[in-house]
Amino acid sequence: MNEIINIIIAIFIFVGAFLSLVAAFGVIRLPDVYTRNHAASKAATLGVMSVLFGAFLYFYLVEGHFNSRLLLGIVFIFMTSPVAGHLISRAAYNTGVKLWDKSVHDDLKTKVKSKDI
Amino acid sequence: MRSNNNIILETTMKVVLFIIVLFSVYIFFAGHYYPGGGFIGGLMTSGAIVLLLIAYDIKTVATILPVNYRTMTGIGLLFAIGTSAGSLLFNVPFLTHAFGHIEVPILGDISLHTATLFDLGVYLVVVGVTMTIIQTIGEDE
Repeated sequence: MNEIINIIIAIFIFVGAFLSLVAAFGVIRLPDVYTRNHAASKAATLGVMSVLFGAFLYFYLVEGHFNSRLLLGIVFIFMTSPVAGHLISRAAYNTGVKLWDKSVHDDLKTKVKSKDI
Repeated sequence: MRSNNNIILETTMKVVLFIIVLFSVYIFFAGHYYPGGGFIGGLMTSGAIVLLLIAYDIKTVATILPVNYRTMTGIGLLFAIGTSAGSLLFNVPFLTHAFGHIEVPILGDISLHTATLFDLGVYLVVVGVTMTIIQTIGEDE
């Protein structure tokens, strides 16, 4: 029983660390602000949530201590991190940061021109 | 009022604000036995108010929370000096604190300490000073 718990906790923490690493590679490798933001806000959110859940499981199942602050942190990051990504992208678009050369579709451009937002 | 289309920020802020204020109150009361206390509790409360200021503007926040932060700083200092000087009435040195278990009707046996009142003073001073600094820098009139 205890070994199974340890393996589950290790899987959660390794998946979280791996997703954070993927987010870091995405920020380095991707071409423009919007794709970088896409990588950073999605992969890092899930990665951090996974690490926090692994830590919560460790303290609850191994140490016998129910730490509600970790659960609150998971909910908090799940709510705020995508909003932060949205606001950064919006600020970048409104200050006129160009899209990648090879992107073909920009719905927001026509909306901004027609003053619809 | 700003005319920006900020509905995502405002809606998220309305939910997240309560979590932050709740956590700051928890940190304030947990300060005696766990990491926490008046200083980071006050900083986190002013962080919640700063989040309100990011989503709305100064005039709207002043209608939501009609608090004069300079008066709040003064009240906090009064709490601190009052808790410290109150020990002189019982013929003990300045800043001596009292501690005891008290039976309360609903909550049962709780341990109360006058250091909490001193911490409440720290909390009010930190919130007052932080919000005064931010509002003074923020307004451009």
